[in-house]
Amino acid sequence: MPLFKLPGVHVPHHKNTANLKATKMPIPHEVLIPMSMHIGAPAKPLVQAGDKVKVGQKIAEAGGYISSPIHASISGTVKKMEDILMSNGNYVPAILIESDEKMEVSESVKPVELTDQASFVQAIKESGIVGLGGAGFPTYVKLDVKDLSKIEEVIINCAECEPYITADTRTMIDNIDDVEKGVQLLKQYLQAKKIIFGIENNKKEAIASLQTLAQKDDTLSVHILPAIYPQGGEKVLIYHSTKKVVPEGKLPLDVGVVILNITTLAMIAKYIETGMPLVEKVVTVDGSCVAKPQNVIVPIGTKLKEVFAYCEGFKTSPYKVMYGGPMMGIAVPNLDVPILKSTNAILAFNEKEAHLPEPSACIKCGRCINHCPLHLNPPAFAKALELDQPEELEKLKVNLCMECGVCSFICPAKRPLVQNNRLAKAELRRYITKKKEEEKENE
Amino acid sequence: MLDKTKQTNEIHQSEPDVQIASHSADTKPTDAYQVDHPFYVSSSPHIFSKSTTQKIMLDVLIALLPATIASIVLFGYKALILVLVCTASAVFFEWAFQKICKQKIVIGDLSAAVTGLLLALNLPSSVTWWQGMIGSLIAVVVVKGLFGGIGKNFANPAITSRIIMLLAFGTVGASVQPVIGDITSSATPLAILPAKLPVQTLGEMFIGLRGGAIGEGCIAALLLGFIYLLVRKVITWHTPVVYIGTVFVLSFLLNGDLEITLYEILSGGLFLGAIFMATDYTTTPSRPLGKVIFAVGCALITVAIRRWGNLPEGVSYSILFMNILTPYIDKWVEKKPFGGVKHE
Ligand code: SF4
Ligand code: SF4
Repeated sequence: MPLFKLPGVHVPHHKNTANLKATKMPIPHEVLIPMSMHIGAPAKPLVQAGDKVKVGQKIAEAGGYISSPIHASISGTVKKMEDILMSNGNYVPAILIESDEKMEVSESVKPVELTDQASFVQAIKESGIVGLGGAGFPTYVKLDVKDLSKIEEVIINCAECEPYITADTRTMIDNIDDVEKGVQLLKQYLQAKKIIFGIENNKKEAIASLQTLAQKDDTLSVHILPAIYPQGGEKVLIYHSTKKVVPEGKLPLDVGVVILNITTLAMIAKYIETGMPLVEKVVTVDGSCVAKPQNVIVPIGTKLKEVFAYCEGFKTSPYKVMYGGPMMGIAVPNLDVPILKSTNAILAFNEKEAHLPEPSACIKCGRCINHCPLHLNPPAFAKALELDQPEELEKLKVNLCMECGVCSFICPAKRPLVQNNRLAKAELRRYITKKKEEEKENE
Repeated sequence: MLDKTKQTNEIHQSEPDVQIASHSADTKPTDAYQVDHPFYVSSSPHIFSKSTTQKIMLDVLIALLPATIASIVLFGYKALILVLVCTASAVFFEWAFQKICKQKIVIGDLSAAVTGLLLALNLPSSVTWWQGMIGSLIAVVVVKGLFGGIGKNFANPAITSRIIMLLAFGTVGASVQPVIGDITSSATPLAILPAKLPVQTLGEMFIGLRGGAIGEGCIAALLLGFIYLLVRKVITWHTPVVYIGTVFVLSFLLNGDLEITLYEILSGGLFLGAIFMATDYTTTPSRPLGKVIFAVGCALITVAIRRWGNLPEGVSYSILFMNILTPYIDKWVEKKPFGGVKHE
């Protein structure tokens, strides 16, 4: 463990649902499955309106190297293809499937036979599993390691540092068998010699469960970290678990690390064992408006309104609903949007919680600077952006900002720092593209 | 560019007419609310810490309460008048300035009240009410308002105003004795140190039985405020501890006598300055290392002025001087972004 920890903040935990085992919701009436639930090229649809599909059937294939196939999460009829607006502002094609209420499983779903690393990676690619960080990076890309001897540690991210969310916690308690199988796969096919579970100290039951597992096997170790947000940030967790710093523009693998989320690992094991691809997610449904907060197993593509209805609707009228936790989650415009592959929580906030605090002038208190896990300087970004100085933004390394939300959270003047950082990042990208073009022309 | 940053403060609202019960009604008898209003769609994060500028300033006022009470006990009704006049006029002048300049009125953030109170505590009880008002006017309008208001001024308003008053009014430098205790005719400790020991015991010095500005004497009250600020995490220990500690060490090195050194650090406005003025957010460095450098700088100048300058007291000047250096210190101690690599 490194001597100096990266800073962070104490956020309220609100892990209200940590003791609630996930329950399966009834079959939804319809699912709306977007073709882009991952980073990279959108998937290409393989079905047409009118086609009958079954659970686990591939309905779209990967659209490139960095992409992911998509599978039907219920059985029924493809009603139509439509373009829907995603939270990043892009329109993406989506497949609407109407349920036949049978949940018939596709014939293609059968246990996967593995022979070597290549077949392992290929299998994960076929499983449609993508990372759980908001971006949804296809998991197989991370495991497609050319030289296995380069892997020094595999870190399993169990931090779940966002408030409210307990989906990973439940994986560690309820699906520890899958985790164990996943560990065996990593040892066999990635020749992992050291597997570290990084977990925050506020999850007693999950820690006990992992420790029982680790006792049986000395490649495994459980690394208990203070519950300081954003402990689960990739760079933060890697540094705190191994002292390794992932340099700008490099991947964890460049420093000998493969990092996977705990639920991703369990999903991999489940897929290899049963052949059922990623078609459902454990989703924490919580927030002050939800009548019965709980963990729910939800078919991907289910509209939020059906999930909330399963949780007995709302106690009070919601004014803000979001995918994910309150620190990095994405607010949605209405309840007709679907559960995505990367959704691990949906939260509904009441009017008071939804209201943004009024920003006032920066008092230069230094809280944002001193709490930024990556030692960045958000007020300086804001100033450089205002003065239109992209070269200054480049020097300040705004590109490193992981948008974790710490600076905005802690600011007493309630400055919209993260939002500013995003604008600054976009501005810097524009500037660099322009610079590169000019360089090309000069050659 | 400016437009872009402005839009960040708006709340984007989506299309109205979201109905939860529309489809799921037949799955389950749902008591779900009809959602008949638009959702707020804003950028993350969606939760915020409870701390606000106003709460921080209120904490500073609370931390100054013991010293304020002590000043009234020690210096009587004149201190009370000074405190009331300075604080009230600082708030009034800020309000009037913002009104005239058609700025947003932000006196509710209490920072003007803090400035006014700090100014009062830095003045002796011989200062008249109208001088106090002029002092507040200089502090909140000239030093703060004209530079763009809270967070934009480079120099500490109360300190700068005190120095300007010092040059303008003879009464400000006066060392008025407390109205209680029996040391009314003794000389100010700082004026005779280190050549002669003052007549007060160290204990008397600690509770403020000596001449000077109304708020600087009662060290016990100031320390109480310091502990409160630390507990409330309004400030960190760095500046006050390093400042006072360095003055202690330097004075001890220069005179070699522990008793004299203790008298020296208890004299003048060192504790008031180190705890409440050198920790001002806007005019001092943000990172801990910067604060340490700032404090050492303040201590060096304070000791130099006390020892070799022909001024009785150096705390205000040293803090003002280091205020000016703050942007450079901030740059100097800037941390390398985690994982950042240098480009040529
Ligand atoms: S959002 Fe960016 S700048 Fe703000 S604390 Fe997180 S990493 Fe630092
Ligand atoms: S936390 Fe807010 S008020 Fe404090 S320095 Fe950062 S932006 Fe300014």
